[in-house]
Amino acid sequence: MQHYTMNLTLKVWKQKNCKTKGAFETYKVSNISSEMSFLEMFDVLNEQLVAEGKEPIAFDHDCREGICGMCSMYIDGRPHGPWHQTTTCQLHMRQYKDGDTIVVEPWRSNSFPVIKDLVVDRTSFDRIIAAGGYISVNTGNAVDANCLPIEKDKADESFAAASCIGCGACVAACPNTSAMLFVSAKVSHLALLPQGDPERKVRASNMVNQMDKEGFGSCTNIGACEAECPKGISLENIARLNREYIGSVFG
Amino acid sequence: MALNSKIPSGPIDSKWTTYKSTCKLVNPANKRQIEVIVVGTGLAGASAAASLGEMGYKVKAFCFQDSPRRAHSIAAQGGINAAKNYQNDGDSTYRLFYDTIKGGDYRAREGNVHRLAEVSANIIDQCVAQGVPFAREYGGLLSNRSFGGTQVQRTFYAAGQTGQQLLIGAYQGLERQISLGNVTMYSRHEMLDIVKIDGKARGIIARNLVTGELERHFGHAVLLCTGGYGNVFYLSTNAMGSNVTAAWKAHRQGAYFGNPCFTQIHPTCIPVSGDHQSKLTLMSESLRNDGRIWVPKAKGDNRKPTDIKEEERDYYLERRYPAFGNLVPRDVASRAAKERCDAGYGVGSSKMAVYLDFASAIERYGKVEAHKEGLQNADKATIYNFGKNVVKEKYGNLFEMYEKITGENPYEVPMRIYPAVHYTMGGLWVDYELMTTVPNLYALGEANFSDHGANRLGASALMQGLADGYFVIPYTLGNNLADDIRTKSIPTDHPAFVAAEKVVNDRIQKMMNIKGKESVESFHKRLGKIMWDKCGMGRNEKGLKEAIEEIKALRKEFWSNVRIPGEVNEYNPELDKAGRVADFLELGELMCIDALQRKESCGGHFREESQTDEGEALRDDENFMYVAAWEFKADSQYELHKEVLEYEVVHPSARSYK
Repeated sequence: MQHYTMNLTLKVWKQKNCKTKGAFETYKVSNISSEMSFLEMFDVLNEQLVAEGKEPIAFDHDCREGICGMCSMYIDGRPHGPWHQTTTCQLHMRQYKDGDTIVVEPWRSNSFPVIKDLVVDRTSFDRIIAAGGYISVNTGNAVDANCLPIEKDKADESFAAASCIGCGACVAACPNTSAMLFVSAKVSHLALLPQGDPERKVRASNMVNQMDKEGFGSCTNIGACEAECPKGISLENIARLNREYIGSVFG
Repeated sequence: MALNSKIPSGPIDSKWTTYKSTCKLVNPANKRQIEVIVVGTGLAGASAAASLGEMGYKVKAFCFQDSPRRAHSIAAQGGINAAKNYQNDGDSTYRLFYDTIKGGDYRAREGNVHRLAEVSANIIDQCVAQGVPFAREYGGLLSNRSFGGTQVQRTFYAAGQTGQQLLIGAYQGLERQISLGNVTMYSRHEMLDIVKIDGKARGIIARNLVTGELERHFGHAVLLCTGGYGNVFYLSTNAMGSNVTAAWKAHRQGAYFGNPCFTQIHPTCIPVSGDHQSKLTLMSESLRNDGRIWVPKAKGDNRKPTDIKEEERDYYLERRYPAFGNLVPRDVASRAAKERCDAGYGVGSSKMAVYLDFASAIERYGKVEAHKEGLQNADKATIYNFGKNVVKEKYGNLFEMYEKITGENPYEVPMRIYPAVHYTMGGLWVDYELMTTVPNLYALGEANFSDHGANRLGASALMQGLADGYFVIPYTLGNNLADDIRTKSIPTDHPAFVAAEKVVNDRIQKMMNIKGKESVESFHKRLGKIMWDKCGMGRNEKGLKEAIEEIKALRKEFWSNVRIPGEVNEYNPELDKAGRVADFLELGELMCIDALQRKESCGGHFREESQTDEGEALRDDENFMYVAAWEFKADSQYELHKEVLEYEVVHPSARSYK
């Protein structure tokens, strides 16, 4: 693969905290290698800002291998940027060419208030899980793991739903800022397993109620969430959540 | 202070059972009056906080990330070991115990390791009950694979995302306790000191990373579940935020640090691509089940790997270690890769890489699948497609990750890999009950030193984290706190809290007031380079002595020239990082001091002066069969205490994988 360097213009959202208004600021970065990750390009910019005596841009990131779900940039109008099923930290600069301008914003949702610059508060997701996204089994209660055979297809389907990293891209992508893909992934993960069966009704209704309380919007089947999900969580999960929820209300 | 490991007496396989049946208990009404602080919410922390909450303790849990679900355990890929013997291949508690002791190069405690092997099976049961979607066979039962350093298949997995699934399981358990009011969660908080009252740990000072405010929190006991310190090397497979701060503050308050120089360098990581590199990405050890590692037989061979014929390739692990081949333990595989690259056989543009090749696995699996379909004479392309699908199912996410980072397709060309810092076997010294040398202060998971000796086997970190959190601390904590039921909750205006907060605040102010010229990141990079060059895969007396002086000088420079932008009382990641790097600058020195005193090679610690004629690590049991537990005296002054290791069951021998 041919490597190259480039000069870029960045328009980045700056906001001191949740109480103040934010605005875009423009930055220039030069000599960016095509081998860098997108966040490494931000590291370069931040080092440059520190050297100039300015304040660096705050952004969330941790594992930098696409699994912790912490990074959360809205790049050129798309959560996590242009690559399909890829988190921001795994986006690499070979996507861009010399002279490009890149616009970077935080997740936009009333349920994810901005903490600073590109950093938002996603604790609403934790509260949704706390409302019922679990199986009530205390440590020490378990029977032998192989006492409970589970069809491979079911287990695989459950795993696919469980691979959600809780990043919030689905909410950021949705024009209604709905959290249905996130909630449905958890409901599906647990509803597809026999262990999750005893609590499935109460789980679906409690999680949906908490989601509403947090102020997330309604789902109108647009599908942007699935298109932008870095882990490819399927819309089928939302259909399943609807069935589970209806079952919990009328069943 | 003499070290007492408190290993129960009696035969190895009944120590833990005896302990559990005779330890003191706290009754439910008293548990409700006892407060426990858990710092860190990875596998050890989340499982401990959830389990203690279930038992009725009042728990406060802290993490620096925005959610407990993001702790770096989430990035563990390959799997978790358990002595289930579901494969009927001769596994047993004893064998897992033995493999772990041997894998650790006879520098771990027998009692702890046997307990770990005993509870391993319970962990799998617990996780399945929570809904962890482990990989399964068509019959619906759990699937296993093999990992390095073992000859059985005992590793349970969920594709290449086992850590994620286990952590989500523990996190859900934790969230459940939060909703029940048994656990209070403090995310985006960092512990900055331990508060001791009458010699016992009774709380912490934490900084709210959003507002910058310092907070005082009381606990009858404090559990540090804060992971390892691999980021002292700057480049490692750890998350960007992983740090030693909590453990280091505890160390400065009297907790001994055990075997700080024992670092695991993982053999299969994506090589460094340039100076901009911020972290290294692991390619799971499970890949060595099916991938074959090689370099060209000719020095400086610049041909494309696919153009190099079979007979021109050196499968050096299979050549040197025929019994274990590509599945030798991590330390052995890493050194072998370094040896080939240093000798001039490395590949890729940097020449600091070796190939990990899946072509023969794709062909082997393809033939099996074609046979299943009744295709006796399938052509190459058909076999390739079948085989590729099998490999994709097993390792698909890893292959995708590799391609995103390097832009190369590993189904078509072999992966390029090189060793990278991954895990730290060293950590806070703890006794059998996981208590440090500070009473009521505990360390769990990677943060302690206890179970992996000088080298950890693959798929054992997840096992240890969950063992400590789910099955060990619920017993051992009660045994201690049973004597504390009369201790009332101590108000946080107690002078000890006031004094501790002042120390923390003064340090922050001092750092902010330096207003120097060089960024925190730059200091961290410079420290990392010293550590990697002189306290990395190979270590020698001269290099270590130089490193100690260089680190001292760098630390001095840091405290006179670091530049931290922004304010204290706001969200300020540069300030958070400055505190962590300042602690790494102290820890790095201690690691070199420890590496210097251990004049033997063992596990991940390779002293170049101590090797066999064939270049294998040469252990010195006569002089070094001990845990080095360091006591902090003053800056740059540490006193060595030795916990002599006694092997009652396993007889240490030269560790051979040949």
